[in-house]
Amino acid sequence: MSDDVHVPGALRGLGNWVDERFGGAGYVRTLMKKVFPDHWSFFLGEIALYSFVILLLTGTFLSLFFVPSMNDVVYHGSYIKLNGLRMSEAYASTLRISFDVRGGLLIRQIHHWAADIFMVAITVHMLRIFFTGAYRKPREVNWLIGIILFSLGLIEGLFGYSLPDDQLSGAGLRIFEGVLQGIPIVGTYLAYFLFGGGFPGNDIVPRMYIIHVLLIPGLILALVTAHLLIMFHQKHTAMPAKDQTDTHELGQPFFPYFIAKTTAWLFFVFAALAILATFAQINPIWQYGPYTPLAISSASQPDWYMGILEGALRMMPAWEINFLGHTLSLSVLIPFALPLGIILGGAAFWPWFEKWATGDNSEHHVLDRPRNAAVRTSIGIAVVVFYGVLWAEGANDVIANKLQIPLYTVTWISRVLVIVGPILAYFATKRICIGLQRKDAELLEHGLETGIIVQRPNGEFEEIHRPVSEEARAVLEAKKVPLALPVGAAAVDENGVSAPQARGLMGKMRVRANQAFLETIPLPAGDGHGHGNGHEGNGHGEVEGGGQEHAAVGASTAPAELDRLPDAQPQRPDPGAAGDESES
Amino acid sequence: MSDEVPEGEQSPARPHRVIGTPLPVPSSVDVAERESDSAATGREKMPADPADPVSAKRAERIVAACFIVAFIAGIGFIAAYVGLEVGPLDAVLRSNLALGLSLSVALTALGLGSLLWVRRVMPNVETAEQRHPMRSPSKDREAFQEYFAEATETSQFVKRPLLRRTLMLATLPLAAIPIVVLRDLGPLPGTSLRYTVWKRGTRAVVYGTNRPLTPAEFNTPGSMITVIPEGYEDDQDALAKAGVILIKFAPGELHIPTNYNGGTLVSTMNWTVDNIVAYSKICTHVGCPVALYEQTTHHILCPCHQSTFDAANGANVIFGPAARALPQLPLTLNSQGQLVAASDFTQPVGPSFWERG
Repeated sequence: MSDDVHVPGALRGLGNWVDERFGGAGYVRTLMKKVFPDHWSFFLGEIALYSFVILLLTGTFLSLFFVPSMNDVVYHGSYIKLNGLRMSEAYASTLRISFDVRGGLLIRQIHHWAADIFMVAITVHMLRIFFTGAYRKPREVNWLIGIILFSLGLIEGLFGYSLPDDQLSGAGLRIFEGVLQGIPIVGTYLAYFLFGGGFPGNDIVPRMYIIHVLLIPGLILALVTAHLLIMFHQKHTAMPAKDQTDTHELGQPFFPYFIAKTTAWLFFVFAALAILATFAQINPIWQYGPYTPLAISSASQPDWYMGILEGALRMMPAWEINFLGHTLSLSVLIPFALPLGIILGGAAFWPWFEKWATGDNSEHHVLDRPRNAAVRTSIGIAVVVFYGVLWAEGANDVIANKLQIPLYTVTWISRVLVIVGPILAYFATKRICIGLQRKDAELLEHGLETGIIVQRPNGEFEEIHRPVSEEARAVLEAKKVPLALPVGAAAVDENGVSAPQARGLMGKMRVRANQAFLETIPLPAGDGHGHGNGHEGNGHGEVEGGGQEHAAVGASTAPAELDRLPDAQPQRPDPGAAGDESES
Repeated sequence: MSDEVPEGEQSPARPHRVIGTPLPVPSSVDVAERESDSAATGREKMPADPADPVSAKRAERIVAACFIVAFIAGIGFIAAYVGLEVGPLDAVLRSNLALGLSLSVALTALGLGSLLWVRRVMPNVETAEQRHPMRSPSKDREAFQEYFAEATETSQFVKRPLLRRTLMLATLPLAAIPIVVLRDLGPLPGTSLRYTVWKRGTRAVVYGTNRPLTPAEFNTPGSMITVIPEGYEDDQDALAKAGVILIKFAPGELHIPTNYNGGTLVSTMNWTVDNIVAYSKICTHVGCPVALYEQTTHHILCPCHQSTFDAANGANVIFGPAARALPQLPLTLNSQGQLVAASDFTQPVGPSFWERG
């Protein structure tokens, strides 16, 4: 500590006391200096984190007043319209929180909004991670933890909004029970064990309560802690920028910068939730009335994150198989398992698929710009469209009503769109990505148009191009081109014999997948790129031949076993050698 | 060539920012520390003051103002809590507005103040850190492997399969216990999903008023009403399966409904009374109450997932995810001329399940 920095005596004393018992001055100093790269999208995960913190705080408050019981009571409270009605204690106590506990309605609404924002933030955060390739080695485990957290959030939310035992959430619970029954072999047992018998029974609210306030929050807390520790240990990823490399991380130190920014962010998240809870009413359970199994209101929609399941149930055509005295209720089973299975299972599987298809087993800390990973981005958009169609179908009655389209037409459109939409989205996105790549290559090669026309001594008119700034150049040149597989050999040589690695079903599929990843616009020649010469000048017309051309280039390197390939990324351009490319 | 751009004429090319790059914030990076490891290369000190003291001073005032606003709003929250009553709906909404508004203002001001502090008052510092490969150095890995192998050897775990196997054996039942003890969570389903509380002679009472019904009281063609079995008016578990809708048809509108009795398709015209037909109100999809009825088309619609049933034709499915018709309840009249069940449903009501067959 330098002499000219004054540290108050009390603080010095405290530091001394702690250090003599725990040591760690050196470690904490490193911690304080830890670098955090800055980008707006890095705060998305923090929205989820702070929503969770707020959920814990507000949830604790609510649990002081909520009675998780399905015992019948007759209501005599402040809300006159329900006076004298029979209802469960859970519903009555939620009315009490809303009407008789000061600040109770505000806290309840903050809690509910926080749950919705929590899931929004997780979703958008995951999209950011996916589209920038942040899940790549070494961060695959954190990606998986994220997927588990998302799934836990779904169940946590469903159980949470079902607790008040109001008409709307009760209908949701009825659907949940019906879906459980539809599971083959164990379905009725699961439903009877969870509900303590037939629906609705007297056990489901207290059981959901303990799962909602203890079990799942505990799991989420543990996994969030692991998530953060791993992030901390592996260091944060960074967007491509000048001097930002896989071995060199630029940013601002944890103390005082990151800690101050993130605290500000906590206040903003809390403020946003408070504003929502003040001005946007959510889940006014007193309007729905207590749950009875024979009542229902039309346009019953669940909270937004369950919308995809609701939409899948509505979209599914009737399909049931009866055989050997058993019933397989595919009408229920497919919507329940397939969409989320595809999305979450696919997300979990993707890092390994990408590794397999690109042969890239190296560590990545600098992120990809989405356009530079066309296949990934296109798959991501296809999944977003798939999700979006299912989600929108969850409100098909509202859509039909608002747009004055017959209800069945809406459902039929969604049935077609859920299959056609993602396919179209894939190809459209890929073309857009390639187009943007071409524009980037063009920018690097010719620089920016200045709009200034000059006349040459020989009479020729020309527009002056200005080279892109060094910062922008660094970003543009951060593009990486995947290797052609199999490395070191043509997939099929001139005699039509395929390379050993390209044989068999898996081998062929791998070459096929690889070719999709190879469709990319290379950076301008002369920048030190060893690959992609065959693509020069024109774009996607050459995909089919691409593998071979790349392989031909790769043939000069010694054959190597794919999985042992230490560093599958192609050489990065040497910024110095790139020089001043702009031509006038 | 770039040098041909005349001085001062760069503005047309200026506004081009590549998407995805950081904002051009560090216009005045006060410290750009390139090597984080200070030991070797004498570290640059963190700057004590911002580069532009005048603007920092201005920012300081704004930050302080934000904090004062937060303070006042915080006091406002406590005042609103103490001062405003709750109870009636309008009082609750008033209290919610006052509490929420003061809390929102306090938190926004606090956030804004903190953000301006770090962005405008603190000197702008950018530092760098080396990233190291996650993989441990080979030396460490070898040393680890060596010790692990030795220690495993020492533990005798590998050498003594008897110990290893009996240990695993011992843990098996213990691992199963957490599953086994869940058995008493609920009764086994048995055949309970196949039956409802309706039986021969059970009077159908109107849901809500609990009054029995005669065909004469329910004689407007096209109307629908929900009835429940008498004696189970407050039994939610019974009602969740036994809810029934009655639909009155004009003569000739009702086609011969058919229904599965056991495994065979039977005519159920004699299950109706005076063109009144009774169907289960529980959707065969996932169990929502099928509550919407369209007179002109005789369609029963489930509001949850829009399974649509044709009431004039045995409640067969005509759209949506439900795979089975709504089960029909055999109706008859008792000695007082009131509508009663002739028997329970002849097939399970509600969502399909594995054992249903």
